[in-house]
Amino acid sequence: MIRLSIPVRQALEKLSLPVLIAAAFALMLIGKADAVLAVRVRMALTDTLSPIYATMAQPLANLRGVASDVVDIWDIRAENTRLRAENEQLRRWQAAALALEAQNQEFKAQLNWMPMAAPAFTTAPVVADSGGVYARSVLLAVTPPHHLTKGEIALDDRGVVGRVTEVGARSARVLLITDINSRIPVVLASGGHAVMEGTNGAFPVLRYWPEGSAPIDGERVMTSAAADAFPAGLPLGTVHYNSDNVPQVYPEADLDHLSMLRLFDYDSTGVLAPDAPAGRLATPATPGAGSAGATTQGRTSPAIRSR
Amino acid sequence: MDKTPGIRPRRSLGQRMDKAARRGFPAGTTILGIFLISAPLGLPGQAQVMPAFSLSAIFFWTLFRPASVPPPAVFLIGLLADLLGEMPIGTSVLTLLLTQYLVVRSRRYLLQKGFLFVWLLFVAVAAVAAALQWALACLMNWALYPPIAGVFQFLLSAGLYPLLATAFTQAHRAVAAPERV
Repeated sequence: MIRLSIPVRQALEKLSLPVLIAAAFALMLIGKADAVLAVRVRMALTDTLSPIYATMAQPLANLRGVASDVVDIWDIRAENTRLRAENEQLRRWQAAALALEAQNQEFKAQLNWMPMAAPAFTTAPVVADSGGVYARSVLLAVTPPHHLTKGEIALDDRGVVGRVTEVGARSARVLLITDINSRIPVVLASGGHAVMEGTNGAFPVLRYWPEGSAPIDGERVMTSAAADAFPAGLPLGTVHYNSDNVPQVYPEADLDHLSMLRLFDYDSTGVLAPDAPAGRLATPATPGAGSAGATTQGRTSPAIRSR
Repeated sequence: MDKTPGIRPRRSLGQRMDKAARRGFPAGTTILGIFLISAPLGLPGQAQVMPAFSLSAIFFWTLFRPASVPPPAVFLIGLLADLLGEMPIGTSVLTLLLTQYLVVRSRRYLLQKGFLFVWLLFVAVAAVAAALQWALACLMNWALYPPIAGVFQFLLSAGLYPLLATAFTQAHRAVAAPERV
């Protein structure tokens, strides 16, 4: 270290602050003039620090977990009252359902009612969400002993997801109800009929309802047996009018988070599902839409039908 | 500089290291604090804690231990605060250096006053600092930012100072006291 005389050192000490203030201005000018340099210095610094932050991440996450637990405990009272109210409501629904079931049993007993065959189903995992801007479909993995057929109906735990449109040796593609190629005849809770069209957006829209039976906001939409494309009564969603006064269907199925699908073989679809995406080769020899009962796949099951 | 000349035994290595640690405590903890604050803690208002903390630290240590926060150290601290706090480079440096300048000039007078007076003065300094940083950020990016962030920064600085000052005073008297070697 250079030995300086005391007056010089004092002078330097006094000078250092103004000089550094000037340097701060210079720094600001440099930072303004060369923005790339500033970014690079910043990146280098955060790169150096990132391992430290990474080691801190786990304890921090624990700490945050504890904090959120505390908040949860705080909220538990309100949650409890809400759940109690909901439980009460559910119990009322349960009572209604039981009453209806009993009534149903009674009617069945009186009417010599013929039950529908329980549909066979297979379950397959969704391996790829190949939906994009132009198509909404998902890819399923199918293991060899199982086999899917075109036209099977895919449901998740809440409602209809779509139809199987392509079947490969180990995979199958399901065209979602939101795809622009998807058109599904539906029945509204109020009794009206319509067609649900996909838009490639999050919500399909309803079209072609008879005059005088417009969809009502909030009512449930179910599949209709019209054209024999779907069995009747599968849950699709609820009607909501958007700002353009177009009735949209908010799908019941959780289309954004599909992981497992149940594929029901109703075995009666006279209308083949469309191909996805548009422009692929269509299967030949499809009968005209609406030719009820005429199955072209050679998979008729008279035993079930005639029961 | 040796304030008490005389003959005494040469200091051992441990003693010298201890002394260096005590001398470096203010700047060291400030830098460590800046690193900690810039960590992804996910706290609300974390962006405003950085200037509040650095301003409080520099203000306190310049007032009570000016030898431990020399202007170059303040320059470095300001630079780190700018780089890690995503401020336009140089703005914290300038604010902190100006604060130090002000404190150094009025140090003798301030040391005779009580905590409340010092805090009130700090509140004024924090107001000016927040306004200055806001104005500099606007100027440097050539955009008019909503001043609410500056107001929040000022309130946080003013409110955080008593807490930090209490902690710093404890440290000043115990861990970091240079005369305790």
